[in-house]
Amino acid sequence: MAVLLLAEVNDGELALDATAKAVAAAKSLGDVTALCVGATAAAAAEAAAKIDGVSKVLCAEDAGLGHRLAEATAALIVSLAGDYEHIVAPATTDAKNILPRVAALLDVMVLTDVSGVVDGATFERPIYAGNAIQTVKSSDATKVISFRTSTFDAAGEQAAAPVETISATENPGLSEWVEDKVAASDRPELTSAGVVVSGGRGVGSEENFAMIEALADKLGAAVGASRAAVDSGFAPNDWQVGQTGKVVAPELYIAIGISGAIQHLAGMKDSKVIVAINKDEEAPIFQVADFGLVADLFDAVPELTEKL
Amino acid sequence: MKVLVPVKRVIDYNVKVRVKADGSGVDLANVKMSMNPFDEIAVEEAIRLKEAGKADEIVAVSIGVKQSQETLRTALAMGADRAILVIAADDVHTDIEPLAVAKILAKIVEEEQPGLVLCGKQAIDNDMNATGQMVSALLGWSQATFASKLDIEGDAATVTREVDGGLQTIKVKMPAIVTVDLRLNEPRYASLPNIMKAKKKPMDEKTAADYGVDVSRRLEVVKTSEPAERAAGIKVGSVDELVAKLKEAGAV
Ligand SMILES: Cc1cc2nc3c(=O)[nH]c(=O)nc-3n(C[C@H](O)[C@H](O)[C@H](O)COP(=O)(O)OP(=O)(O)OC[C@H]3O[C@@H](n4cnc5c(N)ncnc54)[C@H](O)[C@@H]3O)c2cc1C
Ligand SMILES: Nc1ncnc2c1ncn2[C@@H]1O[C@H](COP(=O)(O)O)[C@@H](O)[C@H]1O
Repeated sequence: MAVLLLAEVNDGELALDATAKAVAAAKSLGDVTALCVGATAAAAAEAAAKIDGVSKVLCAEDAGLGHRLAEATAALIVSLAGDYEHIVAPATTDAKNILPRVAALLDVMVLTDVSGVVDGATFERPIYAGNAIQTVKSSDATKVISFRTSTFDAAGEQAAAPVETISATENPGLSEWVEDKVAASDRPELTSAGVVVSGGRGVGSEENFAMIEALADKLGAAVGASRAAVDSGFAPNDWQVGQTGKVVAPELYIAIGISGAIQHLAGMKDSKVIVAINKDEEAPIFQVADFGLVADLFDAVPELTEKL
Repeated sequence: MKVLVPVKRVIDYNVKVRVKADGSGVDLANVKMSMNPFDEIAVEEAIRLKEAGKADEIVAVSIGVKQSQETLRTALAMGADRAILVIAADDVHTDIEPLAVAKILAKIVEEEQPGLVLCGKQAIDNDMNATGQMVSALLGWSQATFASKLDIEGDAATVTREVDGGLQTIKVKMPAIVTVDLRLNEPRYASLPNIMKAKKKPMDEKTAADYGVDVSRRLEVVKTSEPAERAAGIKVGSVDELVAKLKEAGAV
């Protein structure tokens, strides 16, 4: 059985970690063909060809596929769908935008944020902010799936698989890209970082977040935030960890000034070691923390940064 | 322009979810239910469009059990003009899948001819994040998901989207489907007079069969289980102790 995997390509570059995790999740389902789409995608296609488990790469380069707008990208995937039983992708915002559209065009349900593969038709996915795990069996001919990357280990490397160039389908011309606002950062990417340091409302201001960032830089960590910190303008939206933000499972997660609402826990409770620093000893975050420190963060965080 | 806002009745976001012992699902009997928080944001945005003179009518739609009329009354009390209740299930534990919801919504769009559909980005019960995209596909309309800013000018909407890398702005042709994210606005509370007034606003009652849509599931629920529990941790007394424990655990 064959799998078509939409590789994560941003501005012509392959997001290797997310794509390799999806490949690892998809390998047991059948032969994986990776699809690289974009205004430029050739370099990404070459990189995808080297992910262990990829047997072929399809590369579609076209101005109309730039920024992978949902309508054009979904139309292309649907034109290829006949050859595959599974159409999968890592559960990024791009894939969450595109895959449900693909599924509806094929008249099948979509399985989003899948965290476990039972067999070719049966999958596990978290529901209710991860407070329950549902096992579902699909009766659809094509299974359209996004994989939650935090629960799969990235596939390794292999000798390059063949790359085939394909042409885009006609662009429905329904939407156009205007601009991206992406903050450049030398820090590791949140969803692939080994260590994540997150700040919440308790941090108090955007200026104070520098303290969180200093600790993160000491540890070579990515920076995360609670919804309250993002809503208050302390941190940008792409730092939000949680049910409706990013899901992370690093080796070490440090939650600072975060109370531990279920919506936040949904995004980090599978981390290997969890540290919580909070001045309220009753804060629910302590229920999931391996090491909890009841302290004022304005004392504890600079001290921790210094002593590590 | 008419705006259609689909609103889902879900477990209140503050309620601790309990998985039923027999693994058949989550216990929803006698649990506080509310409007999906993202849908409150969608209703609010529709009202603001009306206040700005860009929309003239707001129609709220809910698909599910009869009790979803409470959710619709909330939308009406916030400021929606009328509501359509589509009864598609008898048991509060039945969740209608996004594909079936989307098919019903597409039929309603054909009847109502709105210029804009404002959905939530995600229902906080099934965490699917799919319905808006599916409606858009079925109608062949443009889609702008995860909106944190929406500007409608003539026959196009400029939408800023919350994406993994930060923010992306796109321009979509109207009519369009927009799914709303947390930072789009802060929804208002319904005032008591408006709650009273909402009782008199029109609510049509339909069934899934009226739209000829089969709502049987494509994804059979095999079982529902509790997530793995974390082992209890410890409290440390000082930063020094924390550093020592982290070193011991090999975490730093
Ligand atoms: C639909 C929906 C989706 C949501 N999605 C998400 C999501 O994806 N991610 C997310 O995080 N949340 C999400 N939320 C919000 C969530 O419910 C909480 O409101 C949020 O996580 C709270 O953030 P917080 O812990 O930073 O703030 P608070 O709950 O206000 O906690 C602040 C904490 O800081 C501590 N503190 C204050 N000052 C100090 C100090 N000087 N030193 C030490 N500690 C201090 C306090 O004791 C408190 O525990 C969502 C909510 C809804 C309704
Ligand atoms: N049963 C329903 N009735 C009305 N609207 C719904 C229903 N299910 C989903 N929606 C809409 O679709 C959005 C996304 O839901 P979902 O795709 O289930 O995560 C919600 O925020 C609602 O706007």
